[in-house]
Amino acid sequence: MERNTLLERLERILPTVEKPGRYVGGELNQIYKEWNSVKTHVALAFPDIYDIGVPNLGLTILYHILNERPDVLAERVYLPWVDMEAAMRREGLPLYALESKTPVKQFDILGITLPYETLYTNVLNLLDLAGIPLRSSERTINDPLVIAGGHAVFNPEPIAPFFDAIVIGEGEEIILEIINAYQEWKTASSPRVNLLAELAKIEGIYIPSFYEPEYHEDGTIRSIHSLHPNASLQIKKRLVAQLPKPPTRFIVPSIGVVHNRVSVEIMRGCTRGCRFCHAGMVTRPVRERSVDEIVSAVREALDATGFEEVALLSLSSSDYTHILDLVSRVADETSEHYLTISLPSLRIESFSVKLMEKLRGSRQGGFTLAPEAATERMRNIINKPISTRQLLDTAREIYSRGWTNIKLYFMIGHPSETIADVQAIADLCKDVLAEGRKVIGKRATLHAGVSTFVPKPHTPFQWVACDTLDQIEAKQSLLKRELRGPGLKLTWNNPHETLMEAWLSRGDRRLANVIETAWRLGAKFDAWQDQFNFEIWQKAFSIHRLDPSFYTHRQRAEDEIFPWDHIFTGVRKAYLLSEYRASLLEKTQNDCRQGCFACGILPKYADLRRNHPGNHWKCPEVPRRPVKVPMEQIA
Amino acid sequence: MRRFRIQYNKESPLQYIGNLDLHKVWERYLRRAHIPVAYSQGFHPQPKIQQAAPLPLGFLSQNDLIDVWVEPDTWTENVFLTHLQATQQPGIQILSVSSVPLNSPSLPTLIQSSLYRVILLDPVNLSELNHRLSLLVARDSIIRSRRNKTYDLRPLIEKIELIPLQEDCVAFEMQLSAREGATGRPEEIISEMGIDPYAARYIRTGFIMRE
Repeated sequence: MERNTLLERLERILPTVEKPGRYVGGELNQIYKEWNSVKTHVALAFPDIYDIGVPNLGLTILYHILNERPDVLAERVYLPWVDMEAAMRREGLPLYALESKTPVKQFDILGITLPYETLYTNVLNLLDLAGIPLRSSERTINDPLVIAGGHAVFNPEPIAPFFDAIVIGEGEEIILEIINAYQEWKTASSPRVNLLAELAKIEGIYIPSFYEPEYHEDGTIRSIHSLHPNASLQIKKRLVAQLPKPPTRFIVPSIGVVHNRVSVEIMRGCTRGCRFCHAGMVTRPVRERSVDEIVSAVREALDATGFEEVALLSLSSSDYTHILDLVSRVADETSEHYLTISLPSLRIESFSVKLMEKLRGSRQGGFTLAPEAATERMRNIINKPISTRQLLDTAREIYSRGWTNIKLYFMIGHPSETIADVQAIADLCKDVLAEGRKVIGKRATLHAGVSTFVPKPHTPFQWVACDTLDQIEAKQSLLKRELRGPGLKLTWNNPHETLMEAWLSRGDRRLANVIETAWRLGAKFDAWQDQFNFEIWQKAFSIHRLDPSFYTHRQRAEDEIFPWDHIFTGVRKAYLLSEYRASLLEKTQNDCRQGCFACGILPKYADLRRNHPGNHWKCPEVPRRPVKVPMEQIA
Repeated sequence: MRRFRIQYNKESPLQYIGNLDLHKVWERYLRRAHIPVAYSQGFHPQPKIQQAAPLPLGFLSQNDLIDVWVEPDTWTENVFLTHLQATQQPGIQILSVSSVPLNSPSLPTLIQSSLYRVILLDPVNLSELNHRLSLLVARDSIIRSRRNKTYDLRPLIEKIELIPLQEDCVAFEMQLSAREGATGRPEEIISEMGIDPYAARYIRTGFIMRE
C-alpha cells in the first residue's frame, strides 16, 4: 500500500478508535531518517500496545545504538489495540512503523523484544498484521529477517519456529554485528539460509532451524541435534563487560503511558542469589555504572524530555556500591521541580528508609518492600534471608517517618510451601500494620501484593513443580479470608494466568503448535486480564494431544535434559543443581560479592573481563586456582 | 509572580491527543525550556497553567491560548518567548507571548465563541450542499442528543458559511457559541447535515473573546 493511501485511510480511522495518539508517532525525540538515505532498515517491535511498549528500556537502548549508525535507520512498531486492529483489518491496512508509516514488511530486519512469555500469541498477531509468514521456514527473500531477544528467550524453544534468529543475552554489541552480517549477505544476494549460517557464527545467536530436539517416550528431551555445521551445541549468552553510556534522549509520548519517566539503569545483574529469581540468574555478572555517569545521564535526560519522574533501575538498588552518594546527588539534581525519583528493590533495613528520605518530594507513593515469604524456613529455602524482627523494625521506621502505606510483595507456591507458611503471610501483614497503628494510628495502611510463583528455566527451581489450581485456590482463599478489614488491601494473580505463564516458561518446541493454534482460535493479549482466555489454551493443548500439566506440575528428575539446556547463561547447571539441593536443606547462600561460589560466569567470561579491566564488574577477585567444593559438601 | 498568555497553533500530530495529555505536554515543554513556572500550594503542588477551552480529540487548533504563571517578577514577555523558542515541541508552534495582569479574569471565562474550519475529505456536490445548509439555518431549533442529553443546537450556531476550496473540495467556516454550558460542536452540525462526521478535518481557528 502506498504511503499516501495509508495516511489518508488513517485520517478517517483514527478519530473512531480509543487513544489514537498511540498510532501516529511524531513524538518529541523520535528519530526520523529518510528511507533512501540508509542501507539497512530495522523495525524494533514491542509485541503489545504503545502504552506498554514505549517505556521499554531494552528497545530504547537498541533504537539509539542503531540510529547512531549513519547507514541504518531504526523505527518503532507496537501492536494496535483490539479496536484499531479491527479497523486496520477491515480497511486492509498493514502494520506500519511509527516514524515513517512504512509497512513493517518492507523493513530489512524486524526485531521483536520478549521480556516475558505472555507476549507469545501477540508475536503471531504482529507477524500476521504485517503480512509476514508466521514460520521461519515459510519466509522468502522478500520477508524481513525476524529476530527476537529479551529475558523470555533464554528458553527460546516454545517460539523457536517463528523466528529466523534469536539473540541470547545483551543486545548492545551484537545488534551491530547482526547488521554487518546482514549487509554483507544482502550485497552478495545469496539465499536466505546463507544469512542464517553467517549469523550462526556470531556468539550469542541461536538459529532455531539449525537444531532439532529428539524426545523420549515420556515427552522429555533425549537430545538436541545440530543440523548445520555452524550451529554450535551450546549457545553462550552475550554480555557487555562494561555498560555503555545510557540513553538520555527518551521518546516523550504525547499521551499517558504506563511509565512516564526517565529510566537510568544504575547496575545490571544481581549477586543476591534468590533462588526463584530468573533475572538474578540470567543477568549475571553485576556491572555498575559510576555515580558521575548516572548523575550526568539524569541531568541530560531531564533536559531532553521534561519528564516529571526519574527511575533508577536495577534488580537490587541497595546493593549498588555508592547508593547513598548516588541518591543524594540525584536528589540535588532534581530538587527544583517537584520531581519524583523512584528507587525500586530496596533491602529490608532501616538504611532503605534513610535512602528514601533523601528523595524529597517523592513521598506521595507508598513504600514497597519484598520479603517474598513470611516464615524464616521459606526465606531460607528461597535464599532471601531476612528476619521477621528486621521487617517489623523497618516497617515501624517507615510509618514513623511519614509514609502511611506500605506495600509488601509476597509469593505463594514456593517449593515445599505449606498452608501454615501462607497463614504466616497473613499474620505478618497484620503484624506490620499493627506496627503502623502504634505509630500513626488508623492512618496506617498495608497493601499485600501476593503473586504465585512460577518456576523459571535457568534458575535453581527449574526442577520443581508449579502449584496446581487447587493448591493455588486454597492458598488464595485463605489470604482473602484473612486479609480483609480496615487498612488492609490484598491483590493476587489469576491462577489461570499463572498456569499459562508456567507452561510457556518451561515449554519445549512442541508448544509452538499449541501457541499457533491458540492464536488461530483467538488468543492474543494474554497478559491482559480482560483478554486472556484459558479455555482457548486448553482447547489448543487438546488439539495437539499435549498435557499442560506435563509442563506445569511435573517435578523434574535431577538428570533430566531440559529443552533450554543448549542455551548457556554463564551459570552452570551443576551450580543451579547445588543451589536447588541447598534449598531442600533450607541452607542459605551469602551475597556472592563477598566471595565467589563459582556459578560459572567468571571462568566463562574470563577473557572478556581481562580485556576490560576496571572496577565496574563486581565479581570478587578469586584465587588463581578456584577451590572446587564437591557438590555433596555444598549441599 | 507574573502571568503570561501564549498564543500558539496545535499542529499535527497533536490533534490526536486529549486535553489532559495536552496539559502534560505543556508542563514538560515549559520544564525543558527552563521556565520558572509557579506552583500551586498544598500537598500536591501543581504547575500553574491554564488552557483557554478544551479541544475535542482529533481537532487541530490555530490561535489557541494558554496562561502560564511564572515565579520571578523580573520576567518579561521577551525573556519568556526566547526561552520557549529555544526549545522544541513537535506539534506546537508559538505565535506570541503577552503579559496579562495577575488579577484579570481567568482565560476560560473570557471565551465567548469559537471559530472553526471544517474541511470535508470526500468530494461533494456544491449546490446540493448549499441547499442542505440553507435548510439547516432556516430551522428554528435543531434538537439533538449527545451523551444521553437532548439539547438545541440551533442557537449555538452564530455564523456558518460554505467555502469552496478547489474542485469538489469544500470547507465550512463556523462561529459557534463557546460559553459555559452552551458550547456548540462542529461535528454535530456536520452530522446534522447528513455527512459522515469522521470524513472531515476539524480546525479551531480562533476565539471571540468578551471585552
